This record gives sequence, C-alpha cells and structure tokens, in this order.
Amino acid sequence: MNRYSRRILTNRIGIGLSMAAMTFGLLALLWILWTLFYNGFAALSWDLFTQDTPAPGSEGGGLRNAIVGSLLIVGVTTLVSTPIGILAGIYLAEFGSRSRFAATTRFVTDIMLSAPSIVVGLFVYALAVATLGGFSGWAGSLALSLIAIPVVVRTTENMLLLVPGSLREAAFAVGAPHWQVSLKVTLPAVKAGVLTGILLAIARVTGETAPLLFTALNNQFYSTDMSQPMGNLPVVIFQFAMSPYDNWVNLAWGGALLIALMVLAINIVARVLFRKKSSD
Amino acid sequence: MSALQQAVDGEAILAVRDLSFYYGDFRGLNQVSLDILKNKVTAFIGPSGCGKSTLLRTFNRMYDLYPGQRAEGQIIFHGSNLLDRKQDVNLLRARIGMVFQKPTPFPMTIYENIAFGVRLYEPLAKSDMDERVEWALRKAALWEETRNKLQQSGLSLSGGQQQRLCIARTIAVKPDVVLLDEPTSALDPLSTAKIEELINELKSEYSIAIVTHNMQQAARISDYTAFMYIGELIEFGNTRELFVKPKQQHTEDYITGRFG
Repeated sequence: MNRYSRRILTNRIGIGLSMAAMTFGLLALLWILWTLFYNGFAALSWDLFTQDTPAPGSEGGGLRNAIVGSLLIVGVTTLVSTPIGILAGIYLAEFGSRSRFAATTRFVTDIMLSAPSIVVGLFVYALAVATLGGFSGWAGSLALSLIAIPVVVRTTENMLLLVPGSLREAAFAVGAPHWQVSLKVTLPAVKAGVLTGILLAIARVTGETAPLLFTALNNQFYSTDMSQPMGNLPVVIFQFAMSPYDNWVNLAWGGALLIALMVLAINIVARVLFRKKSSD
Repeated sequence: MSALQQAVDGEAILAVRDLSFYYGDFRGLNQVSLDILKNKVTAFIGPSGCGKSTLLRTFNRMYDLYPGQRAEGQIIFHGSNLLDRKQDVNLLRARIGMVFQKPTPFPMTIYENIAFGVRLYEPLAKSDMDERVEWALRKAALWEETRNKLQQSGLSLSGGQQQRLCIARTIAVKPDVVLLDEPTSALDPLSTAKIEELINELKSEYSIAIVTHNMQQAARISDYTAFMYIGELIEFGNTRELFVKPKQQHTEDYITGRFG
C-alpha cells in the first residue's frame, strides 16, 4: 500500500470514528427528548397551569403552585446574581486584572463553577435554614444565586477581555474616568455577550434540584410568600416521579417538559442575541 | 547629538525636554526635546519602532494605563509639567485629545458618541448640547452625511466616516491639542484626502501633532516635521526644509527611501 492510499484509509477511519461518536451522543439526546415529549405532551393540559399539586390519593391536580414558585425563586435569583455577577466581572477584567485579590476571586469563582450543587444546598441549609428558622423561598434563591453568580462573573469577565484595547484607550482619551469607561463604553460593547451569560445562568439554575431540596423545600399549596417553604418544579418532579400515584407521575412528566421547554427557549434567545451581536 | 538642532519659532503649546521613556527595562525614547507649536501641524515620521507613537502617547499620558511603562523628563503644558504625578490625567486628556489608527466609535448613537466626552466636563442643556454636536460634526465635515441619522449607532457608518466621527468627538471637547496617531492608515485614498483637508482647516483653532508612515502625507499637511530613529529625535524643523535639504545624512537616507 502506498502512502497516498494509506492516508486516505486513515482519513476514512478517522471520519468513521467521529461520525460514530456523534451518532451515539445524538441518539442518546434524541431518545431522552423523545421520551420527555411523548410523556410530557400527554400530561399537558389546562389543569396543569390552573390547579395546584394534588394531595396523595386525590385525582387530577396541576402544577400552578410549583410553576409560580419556580418563577419567583428563579426571578429573585436573577435579580440578585445579575448585578453582583456583572460588577464582579467588571472588577476582574477592568480594575484588578493584576491584583492578588482578583486572582483569588478568579480562583474561587472557578471552584464555585464546578462545585456540586448539593454542596451549595447543604451550605445554605447550614447557613440560613438551620439558623434562621426554617425552609423558605429566600433560602432557595440564595442557593441558586451562589450557582448563578460565578457563571455571570466568568462570562462578563471573558466578554470584557475581548474588547479591543483601542476602544478602551479611545474612551480614556476623551478624558473619561475609569468607571465611566467601564460602564458606558466597554460593557455596552459586549452587552449581547453578557446578556447571553445571564440567560445561560438562568437556564442552568432553572433545572437545579439539589440546592432547593434543602432550602425552599416544597409547598403543596399556592403561596407567594418567599419567607415560607415554596413549591417549585424541580423538587415536585423529584417527589412525584417516584410516587406510586399515576396522576403524580403524569404531573412530573408535565413539569419536566415545562422546564425543558423553558431552558430550550432561553438557550435559543441567547443564541439569537449572540449571533445578532457578532454580525454587527 | 543635540536634539533641538533647528530652533523653531513660535509659541510652544507643548515643550518637551529631555524626555526618556521606558517599557519596563527597554528604553523606547532617549532624551527627546522639541516644541509642538501652537496652531501648527507637527508631523512625526520614521521607521516602525522608532518611538514616534510612543512619544505621542506620552503627551496625553496614555501609557499610564499600562503598569511598567514610565516616562522621565518634562513636557511643559500651560506652565506645568504634565508628567507630574499630581497632574489629573482625565482633565489632561480632555485638553489633549487623541485620534487613533483604527476608527473606534463608542457602542452608542452618533449623537451620544460626541455628547459623551462633552458631558464629562460641561453640563450643557439639551439645546446647547444639540448645538455642540452639530458644531463638532460640521467641523469634522460629517454633518451633511449624518444630520438625519444622529440616533443611529456610530458603528453603522463607513470606516472613513467613523474616523471623522472620532475626530468630531475629539474636537467637541474643545481641547488645546489634537494628537493623531496614523489617522488615515486604515482608510481609502478618498477618505484620507478628506481627513487631510480637515486637518488643514483645524489648525487655525487647534495645535496638531500627527504620526504618519506616509512621508508624502507629512510633506503635504505639516508645518514642522520631526524625524525619529530608534528612540532618538534625529532632526526637527520646518517641513519644507527637512524634506528639501535635510541636515542629517540619516534623514536624507530615510526620505529618499534608502533605508526604512
């Protein structure tokens, strides 16, 4: 066999292996999605949005309390983690790029990014639940914020580092103080990227279950009081999916579908935003 | 070799004396002395790495952004040394504006691009700000092209227009000195001609220092020219004289293209 045909053969084997790997990954994903859609759409009904989670043994029921609870908890998480994450990201990229404090912050952020979410849940349990008298929506938001903030910090920093030095210099050259350069010139220049990071952080925490198990717990009834235990989709799915009642299992599928669709929608918005920006 | 070989007559807006500049341990400028004259155009020419951009960036302390870079010597501006630690650099940069090689519009509307710098130091009422924006755009010969789209993004303009926007933004603050760092090297010949025309008109009100790689450009637009080589000021004087009968062999070799 000459070198040329050997090269072609190597090429074919390489392509074949990577195609096989891709097919394997894609099949697993499609299988999951198909199962989810098949069971989920069957559970989808108007009641899902208007009824609360049913008591054991009762018929029907919906997820209204869990949907509202999830929206509230994730909403508060977004409001808390966005400003903190963005400001910390600005600090890392624009101000403390060489300081020891920034290096430490960056290191801790990296650890937090990969910290198991159950550890975060336990931490907040020990910090806020066990000491302050009980499970609450606030505690749930706190736990989710600890997961979301590092994501926002990292994307904000990385995006700001992509800003060309010439733009930063130009802003300084008209006599702008550093904080104005950061807030009015460099941050807006990467607005789409930072927004994408926030959306991805929201998508990430929307499906988190472990941190909520120890913090927001669950609530069978409709409640908007964040200082009380609060119903939320991930925990409801967790409890209902393993229950012996058919209508509960059904609701779990419906909830899983809702979360999947929400995360999908957020991801699509993030992609569209990012693409629009890069084509500017 | 004394740096001020040809004395230039006139009022100096910037008087550079024994200026040395260091990038860490590397010396980028060595004992440079010269005057930037009021309401004149001073051009800096020389091969890449000769220190001409470095020199320009000391005038507005741009190097301050980077730790490890430092300047020694004096640059006298309105009676005090602007290299002084006590100098407020933001204020200094409002009085000594700079336009860069690549157009760098801010990510905001055309109007805001100009108002941004003005607002930093002058709290103008809306109508006064409108007037100032129009004034600056007219000065930069950009008003006719942008008057109907002031609320569009500055990024929507063409490269040449963006560069004129950057010039408008710089003069809107009403600085004393305008520094131009190869302002046309990223532009097509037509946009270049427009900007050169602009520089010629601006010098009645501003003192201009321009770094350029294009010797014809220096000859066309400047009153005085400084030739630099490896961090040294080799020759400085009247543009016409420097190009027609340079005093230094080095200068002659460079402008006749024998080295570069």
